[in-house]
Amino acid sequence: MSAVTRKNRGGRTRARLFSGKAGSFLRIVFSLAITFFGLLLVTFLIGRVLPIDPVLAAVGDHASQSTYDRVREEMGLNLPLWQQFFIYISNVLQGDFGTSVLTSNPVLEDIKRVFPATLELATIATIIGVILGIPAGVFAAINKGKWPDHVVRVIGLAGYSMPIFWLGLMGLLVFYMKLDWVAGPGRLDAFYVDFIEPTTGLMLVDTLIEGDMDLFWNAVSHIILPASILAYFSLAYIARMTRSFMLEQLSQEYILTARVKGISEHRIIWRHALGNVMVPLVTVIALSYANLLEGSVLTEIIFAWPGLGLYITNSLLNADMNAVLGGTVVVGAVFISVNMLSDVLYRFLDPRARR
Amino acid sequence: MSSETLLTVKNLEVTFNTPKGKVHAVRGVSFDLGRERLGIVGESGSGKSQTGRAILGLTAANGAITAEKMQFRDVDLANLTPKQWRKVRGARISMIMQDPKYSLNPVMTIGDQIIEAYREHHKVNAKEARLRALEMLEAVKIRDPERVFNAYPHETSGGMGQRVMIAMMLIPDPELIIADEPTSALDVTVQLQVMAILDDLVRDRGMALIFISHDLQLISSFCDRVLVMYQGHVVEELRASELHNAKHPYAKGLLNCLPKMDGDHSDLPTLEREASWAEG
Amino acid sequence: MTTQISTAKPGLKQWLTSDTPQSRWQAKCGRAWLGWIKFSENKLAMVGLSVVVGLILVTIFAPLLAPYDPLAADLTNRIQPPGAEHWFGTDQLGRDILSRLIYGAQYTLLIVGLVAITAAPLGLLVGTAAGFFGGWIDAVLMRITDVFLAFPKLILALAFVSALGPGIENAILAIAITAWPPYARIARAETITVRKEDYIEAARLQGTSNFALIIGHITPMCMSSLVVRVTLDMAGMILIAAGLGFLGLGAQPPMPEWGAMVSDGRQFLLEQWWVATVPGLAIFVVSLGFNLLGDGLRDVLDPRGGD
Repeated sequence: MSAVTRKNRGGRTRARLFSGKAGSFLRIVFSLAITFFGLLLVTFLIGRVLPIDPVLAAVGDHASQSTYDRVREEMGLNLPLWQQFFIYISNVLQGDFGTSVLTSNPVLEDIKRVFPATLELATIATIIGVILGIPAGVFAAINKGKWPDHVVRVIGLAGYSMPIFWLGLMGLLVFYMKLDWVAGPGRLDAFYVDFIEPTTGLMLVDTLIEGDMDLFWNAVSHIILPASILAYFSLAYIARMTRSFMLEQLSQEYILTARVKGISEHRIIWRHALGNVMVPLVTVIALSYANLLEGSVLTEIIFAWPGLGLYITNSLLNADMNAVLGGTVVVGAVFISVNMLSDVLYRFLDPRARR
Repeated sequence: MSSETLLTVKNLEVTFNTPKGKVHAVRGVSFDLGRERLGIVGESGSGKSQTGRAILGLTAANGAITAEKMQFRDVDLANLTPKQWRKVRGARISMIMQDPKYSLNPVMTIGDQIIEAYREHHKVNAKEARLRALEMLEAVKIRDPERVFNAYPHETSGGMGQRVMIAMMLIPDPELIIADEPTSALDVTVQLQVMAILDDLVRDRGMALIFISHDLQLISSFCDRVLVMYQGHVVEELRASELHNAKHPYAKGLLNCLPKMDGDHSDLPTLEREASWAEG
Repeated sequence: MTTQISTAKPGLKQWLTSDTPQSRWQAKCGRAWLGWIKFSENKLAMVGLSVVVGLILVTIFAPLLAPYDPLAADLTNRIQPPGAEHWFGTDQLGRDILSRLIYGAQYTLLIVGLVAITAAPLGLLVGTAAGFFGGWIDAVLMRITDVFLAFPKLILALAFVSALGPGIENAILAIAITAWPPYARIARAETITVRKEDYIEAARLQGTSNFALIIGHITPMCMSSLVVRVTLDMAGMILIAAGLGFLGLGAQPPMPEWGAMVSDGRQFLLEQWWVATVPGLAIFVVSLGFNLLGDGLRDVLDPRGGD
């Protein structure tokens, strides 16, 4: 499923470039590097080859002629394409994604500023998704065919079919506008926005660091709805996969052995079966986390959440090419890293894979 | 040889509800078991494994067990609640499974699994449990008990895994052990080792044994009495030493198919089945 | 095995369930019939099928079904609640929402249809080539596939659209570019399994060219997994298309694309909630339909891949 797995060809194991534990680590890093390289290639092509005038795309309609000429010079458009690509790569590796048309800041600065908001949202959403999703999946598996199973499957299916932006709007409509249970868009009430020192950029953490409980609860009331919306998708996926894995494990021989030993059904499910389920499930959770980054793009617009998703979308709507591509590279890099991490975790957790 | 009856089974029937209709896996099986070794021999589908599972109440969810009587000492096996079952399984009746590759939990260490079997039925602290587990590993002739204790099932060979299984199932000191094809997944040489270990332990602890297998030779050499099953029925029941006096044509056919060193060197006979045998 | 279908004519049923088909055509029909029996026993799958069929019918008969012209603005009738005249009310320009919904179905079907037709063959080609030839061709092609798989679909589609400009053709292209990698993976896996079979070797010994082998022998084996995956993916494609529409990057106004309609309704969410709710519900129902249909197909065609 990821770039890291190798396939045996016709029973023979292919000769490895490196071997051993250090070699295996190097192979993973090498694979990561190649995929990242491919990512940069694609974004480069999108930025240079697709637009009619890449310089215009980078500087925007309102730039002065001198800015246009300068950027044209920097991009080296008169150089052969592969040389341009190398300039691009070396820039990216130094953290230079160009300047944003909208904010006139270096894109990396902007991204550093907005990323923690998305991180916070995705993390809380995943936590909720895991806490609710795993028990739901287990419950559905042990009651296969009965109503808890059907309920979980329907919830799961709905999670695969629902447009996230629509659910966000419905959530806002019901819980904010009609019921007034949660706060509205934004991370804090507008009144408080500049009160907090952005130490980590994670609002919940920062308010706790400063010990301001009023602000903390305010932040909670703002994050709870968008996080729950995202959490729904996370929990639908996690519950569905947990159910599937559980059913697979519960039909294995070692479960029968455990019953023969006289162990309680409770321990069989939560210690024996779930212990085996956690191995592939951790990969699922990691993937779910990565998927939430994607989901946040549309959610952040609705909740005016100043994160990476909103940044990319705003840049898009304002034809800010550098910002869009910079954001894409960052999201892509996070995606690749999370995938790799989940692979590593899988090997770590499965005793059979630890050699 | 004790004349005390430990287990009485009368008219056991196990039926499965499958999409293709009802499958009668066990039809009216009856036998008594004392403190002895009873072998149940038959081919695949004869119902021998299902008989073993039914004694422990472990038939699959789509199966139904009925019996006129299923009594183990003072316990009525036909009418136990799940809580009562937990006191019987492991502590009084235990079962050795066929293939340690699948019957051991892959993400728990061997030590943890054996300790779990012990602590389920004995209230001891972790240290005591560990000692007992190591003792048990030595009893099944594992040379490096500490290493195996900390190892995972996939890190052991088939023979060692099966010895671990024996250790795990015998550590709570049950009175009856059901061995369901315990050596069928092993190489022939390893089979003999494992059988020898099982032999010693069963004798030393004075346990009763039900030995389920398709290997007539093995059963005849290991057990005191033999039940021959065919299509859910018991077609023959006799002492192992008197197997050559078997009367039912199926049993006689099975014996005939065994290659003999000093026998006739022509082709081995095959078993011609009669439909009437399925009626039992 | 007995089939209890009494609706088919006795002669036809015999022909379909015969144990000794006289021709390949008969065997194929027979298999399809058995597959249909199994599929139709799954109620949820039938619901999914009816939704998809319904979508296709609405698309074809839109001019007959829609009570009003979807583009006809009537500013005196702005944002009317659902009622007798307008079953789902009107939007901010007084256009009938029901009619826009019906015509919007055309856009939905157009987008997912075109994406499927472009992405699936591309993925099939890449996957079978990689699996069949192996070696460095496989390595290179799989690398490229992995790179595209490493992108979150929506973000990549966004990046493409930002470079190409908004519009329905660019949206279709952008989604198709993100959609093909899973098909390549599936095709490759199936190809590798099939490649070692004896009948491939036999055909090769008869002088069949590699190209003919791939097209004639290997591709058909990939079809069932691919069909299942494409159907399931359609649900996701609908969501991405709607997302792009929501951002204003898909079909441009005044076209009645469902995602764009939800976006239009955002400003009136508090009081005139139906403008945003109804199109979103349509997206949900259609996506759910494809999911149910795909699940049902998987149970029939590719059971080992399911729950």
